[in-house]
Amino acid sequence: MVSGIPLFPEQASTLAPEVDNLYFFVTAVTAFFALLVVVVVLVFAVKYRDRTGEKVGAPIHGSLPLELGWSIIPFFISMAIFAWATLVFFHIVRAPDQTLEVYSTGKRWMWRFQHIDGQAEINELHVPLGRPIRVIFTSEDVLHSLYMPAFRVKADAIPGRYSSIWFTPTQVGEFHLFCAEYCGTRHSGMIGRVVVMEPNEYQAWLSGGGSGMSMAARGEQLFQQLGCVGCHLPDGSGRGPSLLGKYGIQETLATGATVTIDDTYVRESILTPQMKLVAGYGPVMPTFQGLVNEQGVMSLIEYVKSLPRTGGPPAAAQASAAGAPAAAPAQGPR
Amino acid sequence: MTTTVLPRVTYLNVRTTVASWLLTKDHKRIGILYLLVVSFAFLLGGIFAAGVRIELTTPEGDFVSADTYNRLFTMHGVAMVFFVLIPAVPAILGNFAMPLMIGARDVAFPKINLLSWYVFVIGFLFTLAAMLFGGVDTGWTFYTPYSSQASNSNVLLTGIGVFIAGFSSILTGLNFMVTIHRMRAPGMTWFRLPLFVWALYATSLVQILGTPVIAITVLMLALERALGFGIFDPRLGGDPVLFQHLFWFYSHPAVYIMILPPMGVISEVLACFSRKSIFGYSFVAFSSLAIAVFGFLVWAHHLFVAGISPYSAMVFSFLSFAVAIPSAVKTFNWAATLYRGAIWWRAPMIWVFGFIGLFLVGGLTGLFLASLGLDVHLHDTYFVVAHFHYIMVGGAIMGYFAGLHYWWPKITGRMYSNGLGTLAAMLVFVGFNLTFFPQFILGYLGMPRRYHAYPEEFQVLNVLSSAGASLLGIGYTLIACYLLYSLWKGEEAGANPWGATGLEWKTQSPPLPENFAQTPIVREGAYEYAKRETKVA
Ligand code: HEC
Ligand SMILES: [Cu+2]
Ligand SMILES: [Cu+2]
Repeated sequence: MVSGIPLFPEQASTLAPEVDNLYFFVTAVTAFFALLVVVVVLVFAVKYRDRTGEKVGAPIHGSLPLELGWSIIPFFISMAIFAWATLVFFHIVRAPDQTLEVYSTGKRWMWRFQHIDGQAEINELHVPLGRPIRVIFTSEDVLHSLYMPAFRVKADAIPGRYSSIWFTPTQVGEFHLFCAEYCGTRHSGMIGRVVVMEPNEYQAWLSGGGSGMSMAARGEQLFQQLGCVGCHLPDGSGRGPSLLGKYGIQETLATGATVTIDDTYVRESILTPQMKLVAGYGPVMPTFQGLVNEQGVMSLIEYVKSLPRTGGPPAAAQASAAGAPAAAPAQGPR
Repeated sequence: MTTTVLPRVTYLNVRTTVASWLLTKDHKRIGILYLLVVSFAFLLGGIFAAGVRIELTTPEGDFVSADTYNRLFTMHGVAMVFFVLIPAVPAILGNFAMPLMIGARDVAFPKINLLSWYVFVIGFLFTLAAMLFGGVDTGWTFYTPYSSQASNSNVLLTGIGVFIAGFSSILTGLNFMVTIHRMRAPGMTWFRLPLFVWALYATSLVQILGTPVIAITVLMLALERALGFGIFDPRLGGDPVLFQHLFWFYSHPAVYIMILPPMGVISEVLACFSRKSIFGYSFVAFSSLAIAVFGFLVWAHHLFVAGISPYSAMVFSFLSFAVAIPSAVKTFNWAATLYRGAIWWRAPMIWVFGFIGLFLVGGLTGLFLASLGLDVHLHDTYFVVAHFHYIMVGGAIMGYFAGLHYWWPKITGRMYSNGLGTLAAMLVFVGFNLTFFPQFILGYLGMPRRYHAYPEEFQVLNVLSSAGASLLGIGYTLIACYLLYSLWKGEEAGANPWGATGLEWKTQSPPLPENFAQTPIVREGAYEYAKRETKVA
């Protein structure tokens, strides 16, 4: 059983105090107005009580200054809340540049987490203290929502799209991880824990997992198995554009529009290549829908990310070619 | 009271066969027909809620299976939203009172009014059948692709029920709108209309413009589920979030279908028992219209974490704050109405006090959810559950009961026990707060909604909540008891037991089948208590 009633959640990320301060402010403002109205109503109700029901009230019909006052003042107060809340929101949705990335897929009824070094875990996520972590995820079936209350972050997992959350843990320990979007029978069982560890313990944990291949290496393997390599030659002489150093830059499409090559774009290039054609290329790339699963797509993305801007094979590819497991976390700046 | 003899001919006794009820075109009888169906749906929804609350007294999922639990909360939501909250005030109280209040003999299209009821009943029967043959488990929001592909419960049957019931809502809206335009008694200018009528007018607007969208959405869902059209399922090339946009484009305004009419009721009852004109009549009237119009522009505040762009989230957050202002204006005007009134503490007024308290909390906690930075954490937690119950139950249902207690003597010609009416209001108020206040805390702690089992640390608050729900149950049962008892033993009410100013109080109770012996002529505003020679009768 529980001792005492918990009233407030743990603050375990850099975002948590920001969200909580806003929460206290809004609570204070709303409590003030609630009390104001309640007190006014009660005082009037008692003071002007008429037990007979036979008297009539004063002939008062309204007051323009009052109406304006109690429209305009609440409006400005609510705009203050709006502005503050929007600032906090942009902190929540905008990840910093340097993040440690973890991929995840939600599936009824479990969360699978894939570290870029290769470790995969189910319903558990190990992360180091003090590093900004970014979880990039999608769903393999219906909607889910990845929610970590101690970090005050949440986003829906939507099939066919990537969502992401980021947080910097500020406290070592274990924290809840919930599915917040109803997904059927065992929705309330689609939970797990986030384990925040000291950085050195995290390193030990990473190398202890020993699952072998990093995501980029796995991606490279797929790149060959699926025949991508036949069209996407590194020097650009193939039927498709070279993918070297493409990640993160602007691409011009056949329509003339430009897009940033990010996770979603690469994903779409693989699954629905005809939707956004690169300028100067015909619609020859086949769809890989059904040939590669969500984890495979994520590995391919990680591989594309790992490709260096200049020529020469990427570090991850070398490691895998030698058959050696990547030991160091090979996340790159985005 | 001048007369205590029950009138000889009333709309109730003019004919008494079952057929005379089932074929009636009298708006007053149709109101009662709705009352019967809606009360049954309320009972049903209440039983489902009891199942949910019993399950949640322990952290383990041990009272019912996970699948049963999911069906319980879904059917609770479906029954309460589509068959109680949306019709309760407009279709029951609106039907009964609105034509009387504007001095009309009936609504503009009496036959369509009866048709609306049948359409409503047919929709309800479909939904009931879905519930009897295994239920439905998608949540009342029917989110895709779960509802279109994954769920193996009666989604189609429920969808058809909701779809059909929607037409009843559209027809009622049209009927009321035309009635208010065309059927007002001589002298009943727009600005002499009781505020309840203004609220119904605004509601009709939402019903007419919004309901077709939910009908189309449910139809698309049915096409995808039954025939594999790829509208919402990404595997078929659809977009699951599109469903949420369409669903909330109706369902957010639907919140105003549920709350505007009770707000109108509050204005009526408050004016009557303060013996005063409503403070800022035109501001209260126009705030209803403002809410109805701006209510259509905030739907995406349900999608802040559903992958919409941060900038559109910003716009919808801004508009959501803006739509809160007219509700705040109403509340301030109600409070100001009490100033220098002659406040008569009768049962309906106690319900109004309860409404103000709960609606205040419901409205103000909406600001938390409109705040982008807070909504990320609060979305889909018990905070949201608590918030909308404060609005829907604390607001809409309290308002409905305020109205029912207010017009009951007019509807039946009998008085209920004032003491019990007051007691019930207080029980419901206390029970309600005990049920739902802990859920705000649970939500901020991070307990997600629609959870069959939950971590242990949330138990104490959940037990409190379930205890409160029992109290609520007792309160509602009590109401049914004394109201039914009043039909047998209640004192005769007389034409105007509250000394109210509205036209509905100028005719006998229960009214004549044709409402008024002669068409009334209106010479003053709705709430001219001050012009009265201090004492009525
Ligand atoms: C039959 C040749 C062919 C094959 C095989 C092929 N592609 Fe492509 N790919 C193309 C062409 C042509 C384009 C440019 C036109 C377009 O956008 O569809 C392209 C575009 C892309 C782009 C967008 C590049 C940019 O600069 O915007 C990515 C990323 C990509 N492919 C990845 C892959 C991956 C991963 C595979 C293997 C799973 C693959 N491709 C297999 C021909 C191919
Ligand atoms: Cu879930
Ligand atoms: Cu809404």
